[in-house]
Amino acid sequence: MDLRIGHLYPDLMSIYGDRGNVLALTQRAKWRGIDVETRAFTAGQAWDAEWADVYFFGGGQDLGQDIVGADLQGEHGDQLQRSIAGGAAVFSVCGGYQLLGREYVPEVGEPIPGLGVMDVTTRAGKVRFVGNLLAETDDGRMLIGFENHSGYTTLGPKAKPLGRVIAGHGNNGSDKTEGAVQGKLIGCYLHGSALPKNPWLADRLISWGLARRHGEVTLDSLDDTEEYAAQRQAAEVAKTRT
Amino acid sequence: MTAVGAGKLVRLGLQVLGRGGTALPGLVTLAIDPNAIGHLAGSLAHGSVCISGTNGKTTTSRMVSDIVRAAGWQPVHNRSGSNLERGIAAALAVDATWGGELRGDVGVFEVDEASVGSVLARLTPDVLVVTNLFRDQLDRYFEIDALARRIGEAVRSLPDTTTLVLNADDPIVAYLGEGYAGPVITFGVDDPTVGGTVPQAISDATRCPRCRHPLSYSRVILAHVGDWSCGNCGLTRPRQDVSANAVRLGPNESRLRLGGAIASAFDDVIIPLPGLYNAYNALAALAVARAFGIALPTATRALAAFKPVFGRLEIVEAEGRRLRLLLVKNPAGFNAAIGALLETGREPRILGALNDRDADSRDVSWIWDADFEALAPRIAHATVTGLRARDLALRLKYAGVPKDRVAVVEGWVPAIRAAIDGTPVGEELVLIATYTAMLSLRDALARLGYVGQFWED
Repeated sequence: MDLRIGHLYPDLMSIYGDRGNVLALTQRAKWRGIDVETRAFTAGQAWDAEWADVYFFGGGQDLGQDIVGADLQGEHGDQLQRSIAGGAAVFSVCGGYQLLGREYVPEVGEPIPGLGVMDVTTRAGKVRFVGNLLAETDDGRMLIGFENHSGYTTLGPKAKPLGRVIAGHGNNGSDKTEGAVQGKLIGCYLHGSALPKNPWLADRLISWGLARRHGEVTLDSLDDTEEYAAQRQAAEVAKTRT
Repeated sequence: MTAVGAGKLVRLGLQVLGRGGTALPGLVTLAIDPNAIGHLAGSLAHGSVCISGTNGKTTTSRMVSDIVRAAGWQPVHNRSGSNLERGIAAALAVDATWGGELRGDVGVFEVDEASVGSVLARLTPDVLVVTNLFRDQLDRYFEIDALARRIGEAVRSLPDTTTLVLNADDPIVAYLGEGYAGPVITFGVDDPTVGGTVPQAISDATRCPRCRHPLSYSRVILAHVGDWSCGNCGLTRPRQDVSANAVRLGPNESRLRLGGAIASAFDDVIIPLPGLYNAYNALAALAVARAFGIALPTATRALAAFKPVFGRLEIVEAEGRRLRLLLVKNPAGFNAAIGALLETGREPRILGALNDRDADSRDVSWIWDADFEALAPRIAHATVTGLRARDLALRLKYAGVPKDRVAVVEGWVPAIRAAIDGTPVGEELVLIATYTAMLSLRDALARLGYVGQFWED
């Protein structure tokens, strides 16, 4: 069995340790005997929209985000949409999350259209949210990370919150939601990196990715002692020091 | 009482209390006279140099300080690494007599890269050095493009009497000299055997700083530093005025054959520190010497006698083991330090300490950008500690270090004891720590009797 990981714009959208997410997907698949191949999908090259099972789309600097936003308005955007329609999963963080949404509304000027595959909208906020972020899902799973964003995201009816904020700001600092889930697409504001310290989420993405070409797969369980020890230590910091 | 007098009084009080607070006298001085930096620095006979950038500013400043001293000058230097405005004000206040006269005659100021604008608003240096710009403490400095823009604005505010000393190999830094009316001295490495050909994962400047087209590299030295050019607008790495065209790296020292404008018949320059990044620091310091008109042999003699800075490859003896202290604060610094460590062919035993206080970076995600994968196969054993020890242990796990080679130990003294006990007598233990973790480790080492208090230096 094999898993194909597409890393979207790694040269332009990879800050705050976001490549740790690709490492987490890779290692957790390999530890289960699943072969992994990772390819970069970036501006200025031809894409194979049929290839990837799961994409990672990280955060970027403003400049990177401008270039990527423009690139996604062209052929690459159509290809990514087709790929998603064909069953590929996407994990996105911060800038990547915003670019998958409907639009980004800057403080001045016209709204910048996003890919529109997630029912979320982001507008520029006055205060930048910087700090540890702890959230909890409906089924009681913890999400820990570090947020650093001035875009405030609100969810439309098709997107469901990934979690409820316990400490920190999350999507917009006011409705206590963090991140969004829509089909096999996940967006969030968790840097940190997110997936190593939230291994259940990494495994969900691996399962979704494998399902595209291999059907439903039950993943072997792993020893996650270190993962949850790190999650607990970071959660304690989020609760006491943020 | 004068602002300077008040600052000095605070410093005296701190010394009486046995405290090492290095910035408080400066805060007091600035509170009483916000223009104290400009007033005091204006009276320096040889003027001043400000040294900024992400990595290497402390070591480069110390090298420059040694060089000007070798030239017979008396530096006023914010030596303890307090590099915001208040640290510079403190250095000046402490150097001044109670009457407000400076004893020193040249300012050597390390400046935090986020404070370049506010420092230059108060002080016009004769020389401004920018060593490099890498991603660092993203919770504090935010993004590198914005940081470069702010430094660029500060540079444009300078009169054309200030000499810029810029790293030619870092495209973001080199571009700061574009259109500058005053003199520019560039430095860099021009040895075709150094570096690879592929930009590294942590590169922040894969785009041309002028036209935003992807850059091409014929050689990559570290992250986005190397021999770069833009195929679109034609911007290329500038000619290096101070360069090393042959670099030989050893376990404890580096030898540089100088090229560029200062190429000469002199012997190789010996830098008694390992690591290519220290070669860059030395080249920056030589470029400053050139800007100040200090003779090359004077400068190279000072460099050959250089002593490492706090936590930057410092060596401490403890119970028959050699402890090597490595301060790390961002992925580029980590990769450079690890590169220097691995060049020696050792299989290191490590004590890693990760903290997440303001001075460390509250966001520990940078460890996922650092190249632990290069280190992992070579680690003999790692003891990890610090406020975020569990993140560090997890990073080692995902880099592929087997579980039985990693131990998490809480508490500074227990961690040091465990790591020393696990290191055979006569062997080396490498302490890799973030800033406040290094302070705590140094403090614990002192309590165990292995090292003096660091603010003595």
